[in-house]
Amino acid sequence: MIEIKNLHKSYHMGKNSLHVLKGINFTVSEGEMVSIMGSSGSGKSTLLNILGILDEADEGTYTLDGTLIKNLNERVAARYRNKFLGFIFQSFNLINYKSALDNVAMPLYYQGVKRNIRVEKAMHYLEKVGLADWATHLPNELSGGQKQRVAIARALASDPKVLLADEPTGALDTKTSYEVMELIQGINDEGKTILIVTHEDDIAHMTKRIVNLKDGLIIDDSIVTQVRAKTNNYV
Amino acid sequence: MFNLERWQEIFEAIRKNKLRTFLTGLSVASGIFILVILLGIGQGMQNGVQQQFESDATNRISVWTNVTSVEYKGLNPGRRIEMDNRDYDLAVNKNEDNIEYKSGVYSRWGQLTTFKKESGSYRVEGVHGDYQFLENETLVVGRYINQGDVNNYEKHAVIGNQVYLDLFKGKDALGEYIDVAGIKFKVVGVYSDPGGEREETRIFIPISTAQRVYNAGDKLRSLAFTLEKHDSYEDALAASEAFSAQLEADLKTKHTIAPTDDRAVNVNNSLENAKKFYDLNKMIRWFFWGVGICTIIAGVVGVSNIMLIIVKERTKEIGIRKAIGAEPWSIIGMILHESIFVTAIAGFIGLIFSLFLLQIVGPFIEMDYIKNPSVDFSVAITTVIILVIAGAIAGFFPAYRAANIKPIEALRDE
Repeated sequence: MIEIKNLHKSYHMGKNSLHVLKGINFTVSEGEMVSIMGSSGSGKSTLLNILGILDEADEGTYTLDGTLIKNLNERVAARYRNKFLGFIFQSFNLINYKSALDNVAMPLYYQGVKRNIRVEKAMHYLEKVGLADWATHLPNELSGGQKQRVAIARALASDPKVLLADEPTGALDTKTSYEVMELIQGINDEGKTILIVTHEDDIAHMTKRIVNLKDGLIIDDSIVTQVRAKTNNYV
Repeated sequence: MFNLERWQEIFEAIRKNKLRTFLTGLSVASGIFILVILLGIGQGMQNGVQQQFESDATNRISVWTNVTSVEYKGLNPGRRIEMDNRDYDLAVNKNEDNIEYKSGVYSRWGQLTTFKKESGSYRVEGVHGDYQFLENETLVVGRYINQGDVNNYEKHAVIGNQVYLDLFKGKDALGEYIDVAGIKFKVVGVYSDPGGEREETRIFIPISTAQRVYNAGDKLRSLAFTLEKHDSYEDALAASEAFSAQLEADLKTKHTIAPTDDRAVNVNNSLENAKKFYDLNKMIRWFFWGVGICTIIAGVVGVSNIMLIIVKERTKEIGIRKAIGAEPWSIIGMILHESIFVTAIAGFIGLIFSLFLLQIVGPFIEMDYIKNPSVDFSVAITTVIILVIAGAIAGFFPAYRAANIKPIEALRDE
């Protein structure tokens, strides 16, 4: 599903240049649930941005579902993002003047789906995350956990190949974090490929594989036993 | 443009951001409003000035006399100078080829005039037949004083439209006899004057009759001439000034007046005044266009400013939209579509309000120098379109830049 070879990325700030990714090789097959770990500055967010076609690598190749992602213009990049990827952000990034339902329906709008079908599909995903009753509420009327569920529903709405989550529980308390992780695990159980960037150990162990990044290189890549985030499991 | 989904998206954004929409709309609407009102007042001033000076022939030269103010050849100052028919004949004979219209005038103020039970007090002027053109008058009915009237001392009168309305109340006046200071005159015509009511409360009778009934011998109160048309304004002005100077000199010699006396003989050359009016009109037009253009520029700057703020405020939203698959052009399209829609609607609201105001209030404005302020509709529409287009162009650049920043940078924007 995801295949990256010898990925390099530097940031230039004035005369200084910062070599963030120093040759990453990494493959994810369909249905995997992978967490990317590392301290801040290890390059994990940069890697996720490149995987999400939000940013582009300087060197190396990136193949997503058999499509080589290289030198894309913004138009094609936007279409690929819409078709292949669903994003979940730490700060939710919902559009604050749109209702939960309209937020979820947004990716479908950009796919050119008709309004009534859009609403129907969006409602379906809101039900899936357990927020059907909150469909008409604005984001600022929802709790953090609810916002993140809306964001997850939005990420799922376009039926992407891969879900990319950047610190999805970073702004949530433990209880809510586990509820969100339970939801994400359920989505993975249905066969969706999921990548999660996190620096929390417990969250990482709720995935099936942990990739450890340090100073722009993968230092460890191992399969782990998944800890189910069932609500009764946490202390 | 006809994408229903896009419209729904825009209406939603407008509905949810009422303050933003209101402020954009207000600045555009008030800009258009001020501009249209300004142009309207400018037009009103032009109308007013034009009317002020259309009341007489534009190239009229008037001569009247007063008391002397300078001692000359043993004669004391304070001597009253009076012109007579010989002065008129002298001026006419000397410039026969040059003169277009000519008339002597003997006038009396406040003459009680009655017809049946109606009466009024009017100015009576004895004139020659050409005077109609010197006063820029048009006949409503009948005819003007002619040479036959003058030769035969006819008691014929041409009355102003206002006199006609006062005395005859709309009934047929031709052939009726009015009583002017005790003498019966037959009404032969009714005239109107672009100068309005003030110029239409006069009664014209033949000059010879006036001199006779008022016991004035062959005295004249004033002379009036226009010169033949010239090809260019400068030629006309030069000829007219030469004529005026010549006439003044001749009259001074004939009546033994000091050449330095500037009170005894007055020659008023309308063409010189016309030049002032033309210049003033031009100035007014330039001024209001200048102000108008500045207003448009201010409006454009205002709209651009708001567009800049809107785009800045929406940077994060743009980032989110891009992350979930919006193409750059759809972002630009969305922002411009919204801004054009809002500026156009607001522009037309401002336009309608201002046109409404001009339409309602305009006709009642009848001051000396402002008359019926109004604005050319196509000019007004054009300004709205200019403002909308300028707003769109001004909005395009920030929208374009925002649509092309990388989604991660836009998402980081707090």
